[in-house]
Amino acid sequence: MLIGGAALLTLPAQARESYAITPVAVGDGLWMIHGADAPIEPANGGAIANISIIDSPAGAILYDCGPSAAYARALKGVAEQLTGKTVVRVYVSHLHPDHGLGSGVFDPAIVAALPGTIAALRSEGQGYADGMYRILSDWMRGTDVVVPGRTIAQESEDFGGRTLQLMALAGHSGADLALMDRQSGTLIAGDLVFHNRAPSTPTADLPTWRASLDQLAASEHRALIPGHGPIDPDGKAAIAQTRDWIDWVEQALKAAVASGMDMVEAGEIAIPARFSTMAAARYELQRSVSHLYPGLEAAMLPRIDAEARRSD
Amino acid sequence: MRGCAVIALALSMVVSSPIHAAPKAPLPADPLGSPMWDAHAKLLFGDDPVRFDPRVKVDFPMIAENQRSFPVAVDARGIAGVQRIVIMADLNPIPFAIDYRPTDAEPYIATRIKLDQRTPVRGAVQLASGEWLVSGGWVDAAGGGCSAPPVSRVKGDWAEHLGEIRGEAWPMADGKSRVRLNFRHPMDTGFVANIATYHLEELSIGDGAGKSYGSMEIWAAVAEDPAITLMLHAGAGATLSVEGRDTNGRDYVAALHVARQSVMPSILTQGDGR
Ligand SMILES: [Zn+2]
Repeated sequence: MLIGGAALLTLPAQARESYAITPVAVGDGLWMIHGADAPIEPANGGAIANISIIDSPAGAILYDCGPSAAYARALKGVAEQLTGKTVVRVYVSHLHPDHGLGSGVFDPAIVAALPGTIAALRSEGQGYADGMYRILSDWMRGTDVVVPGRTIAQESEDFGGRTLQLMALAGHSGADLALMDRQSGTLIAGDLVFHNRAPSTPTADLPTWRASLDQLAASEHRALIPGHGPIDPDGKAAIAQTRDWIDWVEQALKAAVASGMDMVEAGEIAIPARFSTMAAARYELQRSVSHLYPGLEAAMLPRIDAEARRSD
Repeated sequence: MRGCAVIALALSMVVSSPIHAAPKAPLPADPLGSPMWDAHAKLLFGDDPVRFDPRVKVDFPMIAENQRSFPVAVDARGIAGVQRIVIMADLNPIPFAIDYRPTDAEPYIATRIKLDQRTPVRGAVQLASGEWLVSGGWVDAAGGGCSAPPVSRVKGDWAEHLGEIRGEAWPMADGKSRVRLNFRHPMDTGFVANIATYHLEELSIGDGAGKSYGSMEIWAAVAEDPAITLMLHAGAGATLSVEGRDTNGRDYVAALHVARQSVMPSILTQGDGR
């Protein structure tokens, strides 16, 4: 079955719970599946990340494959029906489980990730999987952590004439892969860019993240597919919005520490009106307080113990 | 888990309650429906009267992003005559986190606790009459297990930093101040193989000249690197003296001054209140 235009195709998965996978054509041979702009929760089965499907002469290419075996299996079916070809490459953008935990349903030889992602999945993958099982239980049935078999070392990969530029970046996590698809002029940014959905910071390094946003902003692209939230047709607004949010969060939390707020209070500070279009803003602010506050306190609150006074 | 529960009961005995001669009032039914309410309430409250009261404000984030360190604030400033504030999490292997006596301080305390599983988190305040007022809510922890790594120490470098205390005090209106104290301490629960219980157990804060603002008992249910926020009746420029002790008998001493003035940064006051 070959579907052109704005394809709407929904296939049931095999677990008791089933995912509705709805690819939308966003460019020449390029489809995006828009994840739920919400926290990972049983209502969405963890299907919150955006997924891209690319049609190439060599076969179907996936950028991320979802949170569970059931999702990845259903996605594979959708991609192969859309393109009429088998999946020949699965890129796992970074270590977070909503993006790539389902990759174990593919032959590891076709699953590719950055070296930093592979190392992180080796050490932390099972911990993330345990967390997903606790939250999602039945949705996760049959999902195992399988480390990608291909380490990305090159700057581009050609699929029978459709060449994808591979950008090894970092900052949202220790290793974040972005893809530039020249044929459609689309930048697939992964979780380095969020759009109208508040960015998450569990593994963030904010200065590195900003440097990566600079690189993405400088790349020649038209549309941009973010890791979460709707596609950005002009390719600039979502990058700017992501930067604006992480800058605001960092400055606001520093100000909260400086004015004596506890973590509970810091999670309840007013969010500026310019972020009112962002889904999950309060939720992600409170998560960021958990991630960033202890480090800011250690850096900003002065030592007051007798030991410190002696060494003054 | 059963082993944990037995230890938990033994530990909870530590929180003692004065014995009153008054006839025992029936324990009110728990609005949170906790399976441990009756057992913990008997241990903590003894024969003292108990009532659920929403004026005890127990505040925490909507998500337990880090179950090793979950922020909780108990604010009973709307209630006169509070003598004691206890923070507890019913279904934790160590249910009690802090027992605070604000002798010359506002009835307010904020800290971070460990969560072993989905549990009610409560604040209980005791009035001079002996009566306890209780409030709280359920918190969904992502999971855990009382001997799993999440309740163990996370930072490997604690021994090099033991004794480090960070803090600051900011003046509030009406001669009060807000004080924040952060300690480096592993706060070991004793539930992880080969790591004995080891935690900060006592903390007091005074003026260094005999006057006490408040004191507290602390259990290993408080998160690693304890962080505590209080509101004292000590104005701008006041000297504050902090003394603590851990279960190995190590002393913790710190001194600080309430700042002369503090200004709320504009970034915290600009928003649409969402
Ligand atoms: Zn992510």
